Amino acid sequence: MKAYDLIIIGGGPAGLAAAVAARDNGIESILILERDKQLGGILNQCIHNGFGLHTFKEELTGPEYAARFIEQVKERKIEYKLNTMVMDISHEKVVTAMNREEGMILLQAKAVILAMGCRERSRGALNIPGYRPAGIYSAGTAQRLVNMEGYMPGREVVILGSGDIGLIMARRMTLEGAKVKVVAELMPYSGGLKRNIVQCLNDFDIPLKLSHTVVDIEGKDRVKAVTIAEVGPDRRPIPGTEERYECDTLLLSCGLIPENELSKSAGVDLSPITSGPIVNDSLETNIDGVFACGNVLHVHDLVDYVSQEAGTAGKNAAAYIKEGKTADAKTVEILPVDGVRYTVPKYIRPTEMEDTLTVRFRVGDVYKNCAIATYFDDELISKRKRPVMAPGEMEQVILQKSKLADYPDLKHITIKIEEA
Amino acid sequence: MYDVAIIGAGVTGSAIARELSRYQLNVCVIEREEDVCCGTSKANSAIIHAGFDAVPGTLKAKVNVKGNAMMDQIAKELDIPFKRNGSMVVCTKDQDPKGLEVLMERGKANGVPDLQILDREALIAMEPNLSDDVVCALFAPTGGIVCPFHMTMGYAENACSNGVEFSLNTQVDDIKKVESGYELAVTHTDSGKKETKTAKVVINAAGVYADTLNNMVSEHKLHITARKGEYMLLDKDAGKHVSHTIFQLPSKMGKGVLVSPTVHGNLLVGPTAVDVEDKEAVNTTQAGLDSLGRTASLSVKNVPLRQVITSFAGLRAHEAGDDFVIGEAEDAKGFINVAGIESPGLSSAPAIAVMVADRVKEMLNPEVNDKFNPIRKGILHPDTLTLEERNELIKKQPAYGNIICRCEMITEGEILDAIHRPLGARSLDGVKRRTRAGMGRCQAGFCSPRTMEILEREVPMSMFDITKNGVGSNIVIGTNKEL
Repeated sequence: MKAYDLIIIGGGPAGLAAAVAARDNGIESILILERDKQLGGILNQCIHNGFGLHTFKEELTGPEYAARFIEQVKERKIEYKLNTMVMDISHEKVVTAMNREEGMILLQAKAVILAMGCRERSRGALNIPGYRPAGIYSAGTAQRLVNMEGYMPGREVVILGSGDIGLIMARRMTLEGAKVKVVAELMPYSGGLKRNIVQCLNDFDIPLKLSHTVVDIEGKDRVKAVTIAEVGPDRRPIPGTEERYECDTLLLSCGLIPENELSKSAGVDLSPITSGPIVNDSLETNIDGVFACGNVLHVHDLVDYVSQEAGTAGKNAAAYIKEGKTADAKTVEILPVDGVRYTVPKYIRPTEMEDTLTVRFRVGDVYKNCAIATYFDDELISKRKRPVMAPGEMEQVILQKSKLADYPDLKHITIKIEEA
Repeated sequence: MYDVAIIGAGVTGSAIARELSRYQLNVCVIEREEDVCCGTSKANSAIIHAGFDAVPGTLKAKVNVKGNAMMDQIAKELDIPFKRNGSMVVCTKDQDPKGLEVLMERGKANGVPDLQILDREALIAMEPNLSDDVVCALFAPTGGIVCPFHMTMGYAENACSNGVEFSLNTQVDDIKKVESGYELAVTHTDSGKKETKTAKVVINAAGVYADTLNNMVSEHKLHITARKGEYMLLDKDAGKHVSHTIFQLPSKMGKGVLVSPTVHGNLLVGPTAVDVEDKEAVNTTQAGLDSLGRTASLSVKNVPLRQVITSFAGLRAHEAGDDFVIGEAEDAKGFINVAGIESPGLSSAPAIAVMVADRVKEMLNPEVNDKFNPIRKGILHPDTLTLEERNELIKKQPAYGNIICRCEMITEGEILDAIHRPLGARSLDGVKRRTRAGMGRCQAGFCSPRTMEILEREVPMSMFDITKNGVGSNIVIGTNKEL
């Protein structure tokens, strides 16, 4: 069996940045396994701009952003296999992969970084009633058809869900000649970035109907019409509020689900909130030497944060490989309460962590003029005012190792939303 | 002129076609849709019933038990997934357990083997997720689960390989009695072309439309009501929630719903039962889907409804007489009805096919087809192979090393097989039903564009002609900026 120090599952933005960081931290033997025919992951179909403002201080398209990292991987001569599907990861970190040329490949890794990304929630998972005709696509599938293959999935479009891909596709479909009639969002707030609402909907006069959902799909062969209705606070449709839109296409942008089937097979514990692995400050899962980063860990709003996080995972995996084990140290749990839905990481090791640690999370509702408060046990440590916080955008708290050193008996850290 | 025209390529029509291919007969199956298995046969409980449900003496009772007994051989010959997982009819504390005894007596009279009534303790040992209210159950070890797509395709492909012609995308508009048999006016739904087909014998296996066809030639009118059944299919992660098929004892509140593993490892919950006017109304409804979860919880606790990956509705062909109608119409010689085939139709199909073929044999007295081969090979699933075998396969056919559907881990090799075998797939749903590509948790979000590329290259066909499931269901409608 061929052996590598580090095997990275996925050659999207997370996998690429993790590989670069691991190499820069002294790991020679690295293999990236990518199931698609090229590196770059979902960025390849994100041909709009707005990527890289944090990382490169300039606005890049998705493929351009990916290319920057692909170049770094190639400069460092990091090995990768394309068109290669990972079938299984064992508890012992034996990775089973498959491709056309080599057939089934068994590979032993000292450390594994999970960077498989996420998938879109389907119509079936949303349990939308109605017919099941052609013309219903997840926004990402439509994005692939339009941006990579040049085919239009429809002429008259209704979009359910205001996730970023849905917003981006509202603009794209409009630019390519289709009519986007309405975007309906179940929640009373958008699931996407504010800038996308402005640039993709408002600039094109596409109405966004908050607290609305699809209650019926008509058409036996191809979508003929979609009915949306307002929902109450219980998110159930309110009878009498139905509006029927004739259209041939329904795009769905109703949430992303980290793709952790392989993680499960390896025995990785998952969070019911994020659907991603539960990790500590080094982004290590419950299995020694198995790390996670990017959208497989939790769904990010900006790729820049994916790259940062993946860099951390790569660096920590390198340290693990050099040490040959995970340090045995005291762990402190971070408790997300009062509007904070989860944190990544969930556990930190005050003696092992970096000098500063970025804890990322999302809030569960829209908060105006509130503050993010951090408590060490019952003591308020920091309070940072935020004019607006929304579930569509990630928030963060930075923890200082030096500060934690002052609290040797710390039981837990609490992060919550408070009045400013 | 055909010896036999079979109208409808569902499981019944396809099974009859296969049985008739044992003889030297010129047989044509006429199907309105673009593929076999597109009506009632594709959207049902996927159960091979033991046969205790039907009233003794009815046709349903007779062919169900017979069909069930034939399934092991059929599954072997046609290489289709079938498992005798056993069924339970559970009785809750608010129900009269005498109902179970009635079913058991019926079952015994129908010839169902090994029925027994089990108490809660025995049940919980077998099925720990039964609801706390379940007190006892009728257990039928011969009950089974099957893939209805593969069962129908197995029959159809085997019939096709043994010489039966299939005319897909062909709708029967009218049937006329003529001296030598029947004249069928048909429209090819893809081209719009009309033609007339003639046959000595017509077999009406047209599902919810069997009454329309019968009523064209017979004064003994049939009346078929479409009875809608809505279902939810859950992720394979939930597939082990129960291992037996769990039925509910019918009560004043209705027949209840079943919770069952599928033969592919998902969990199925359903069906509802609502009579509908529109025989095309395969839409799900909010009320129907809502009711499924509630009703399922009466027999099985903690059904993980959050893991639903799709919901669908099928229409059962319910005949007013409440039994299968199988046989020659009295006033239309040579016109054989196989109508009202609602549940347990899938279970009964093997026996119905033999019964109908015997009747045709009497009528036409055909020679035996010496070349008849009962064996059909299903699509090879590489995950059933050892690592070494799989590597051998990929070396010979590299397409088996290329995963197209990530959720179900379906390879390009399997999709090529689905396209190039007899009655090969021509649509995304055709590929899906044959291979399961697109049937997993992402519901074809990822593999659709890739499967389209393969169809475009292999059939070959234009990207613009690729459909989800036939005429009018095109996936893309133009290229960028041309609208």
